[in-house]
Amino acid sequence: MPARCRAAYRSGVIEAEALSKRFGSKLAVDRLTFTVRPGVVTGFLGPNGAGKSTTMRMLLGLDRPTGGSSRVNGKRYVDSAAPLHEVGALLEARAIHSGRSARNHLRALAATHGIGNRRVDEMLALVGLESVARKRAGGFSLGMGQRLGIASALLGDPQTLILDEPVNGLDPEGIVWIRTLLQRLAGEGRTVFVSSHLMSEMALMASHVIVVGQGRLIADAGIEELRSQAARDTVLVRCAEASRLAAAVSGEGVTVTASPDGALHVAGASSAQIGRAALAAGIALEELTPVRASLEEAFMEITKDFVEFDTVTGGTR
Amino acid sequence: MTQLAQPSPATRYHLSAPGILRSEWIKLRSLRSTWISLVVAAVLAIGLGVLFSALRGNDFSHHGVIPGPFFDPVAVSLRGVYLAQVAVGVLGVLLITGEYSTGMIRASLTAVPRRAPVLLAKTAVYAVASYVVAVVATFFAFLGGQAALGAYGFGVSLSSPGALRAVFGGALYLMVVGLLGLGLGFALRNTGGAIATLFGLLLILPALAQALPSSWQDHIDKYLPMTAGTQIMVTKPDAGSLSPWTGLLVFACYALAALVAGAIVLRRRDA
Repeated sequence: MPARCRAAYRSGVIEAEALSKRFGSKLAVDRLTFTVRPGVVTGFLGPNGAGKSTTMRMLLGLDRPTGGSSRVNGKRYVDSAAPLHEVGALLEARAIHSGRSARNHLRALAATHGIGNRRVDEMLALVGLESVARKRAGGFSLGMGQRLGIASALLGDPQTLILDEPVNGLDPEGIVWIRTLLQRLAGEGRTVFVSSHLMSEMALMASHVIVVGQGRLIADAGIEELRSQAARDTVLVRCAEASRLAAAVSGEGVTVTASPDGALHVAGASSAQIGRAALAAGIALEELTPVRASLEEAFMEITKDFVEFDTVTGGTR
Repeated sequence: MTQLAQPSPATRYHLSAPGILRSEWIKLRSLRSTWISLVVAAVLAIGLGVLFSALRGNDFSHHGVIPGPFFDPVAVSLRGVYLAQVAVGVLGVLLITGEYSTGMIRASLTAVPRRAPVLLAKTAVYAVASYVVAVVATFFAFLGGQAALGAYGFGVSLSSPGALRAVFGGALYLMVVGLLGLGLGFALRNTGGAIATLFGLLLILPALAQALPSSWQDHIDKYLPMTAGTQIMVTKPDAGSLSPWTGLLVFACYALAALVAGAIVLRRRDA
């Protein structure tokens, strides 16, 4: 169903305004302001401990903000008359009673909104859990738990999806499945807000990203925009006279680095400029390859000052 | 492939009080611990009631003693309630602490973000379910117990003074124990802490009160949760104890206080 057919109160816009959360002396989320729009998958990126989960929990009213506010469809989530119909959520940790069967878990949630058993069974089929629907969720693998979490998120046919690390624990097939599913949901005009600490995953899924570090907003941009802003494209050059070439292309804003195998990486000059400089200097080129900066590099570049515990200091999160 | 979007209007699904009650009912009956606890409670109440009654009847007839005016055949047959309350109380605690320990609470509160209706619905559903089981248990404990006592000629019937009140009231006592557990579970969010507090209040408090000077004891003891609450099952009361319904009311106030504390914690604290 396209977005324009939906009632205005289901605009699907998520808004956070100066959203803050303090845990004791630690400011987990620091005046975050952003808007998530329907129709595209929006990635919520940041290193572990950046405040992504806390932000999502505040959007859902599970954590009370220390400051600021958030709205979904123009109102606070707690004021919704049909919360599961407006927002479907998958939270970081499992939110399933281990002693209850998958089907009964969904039935209990569905009952609050008058959602029937037929829809429950459809969702179990959609996520591929029908064969274990009557088994206790305590015995589920991480991936099966994630699938059940997705089923509960979709139960109320929500306009907006808020998913915290949905690919966690999924096998490669499951990852492709969820990527396709989320893109399809966004294509139907829904709002899809997905957190991850893996840029590579987001690069394949999202067209817009909100990047946070240590609770603060670092970037809020389209994925292409982010790539071009944060990391520079380079050109890989190989030739017999590497040092002569390096001198020939050097100039304002151009950096040349040599790799151990003798190749040169030139940033700040296009392959055409390098080719002309080589011709002018009479150097024969063996290879001239433009190299696009990966989103991973872009992500590392913009979050490098915000990583809470990096591997050098030995901490892991 | 399954349709994700429903063709019907967007207003089709909405949160409602009957829906939340139904949800809590599904949650209650879909856990094995519910059935185990309630069956254990009923078996304890009935089995021990009959056993105690048979032992007392046998004791009297064996020694050729005629029971004195304070022998309470109704209370003897309902004695199993004292042990059954452990199962009912623990289940009350688990109904909510089990949600916290497994993370289910986050799903519950995402579906019902106003939170308070979850507590109200859980309370209502468990009150009804525990009362139905408890009243069956006290009824058969009474009948079985009186039959056992009757074999020795000491049994009474349901029409004897206070018997009906003790049977239905004894079930109310069990129900309130369950709600006290539920309230403590909501307030403390932790299975161990809530169970310890529940049985501290019910069982340890009277033991501590015995260490007080006897002039204090007379004023305090009768208001302690279990002493007050169990008066409902007594038909030959001690002098100075609360009347059956006053006692049960006092006991219910403890449960209400726990539920109010639970509601405040539920509303205020992050889930």
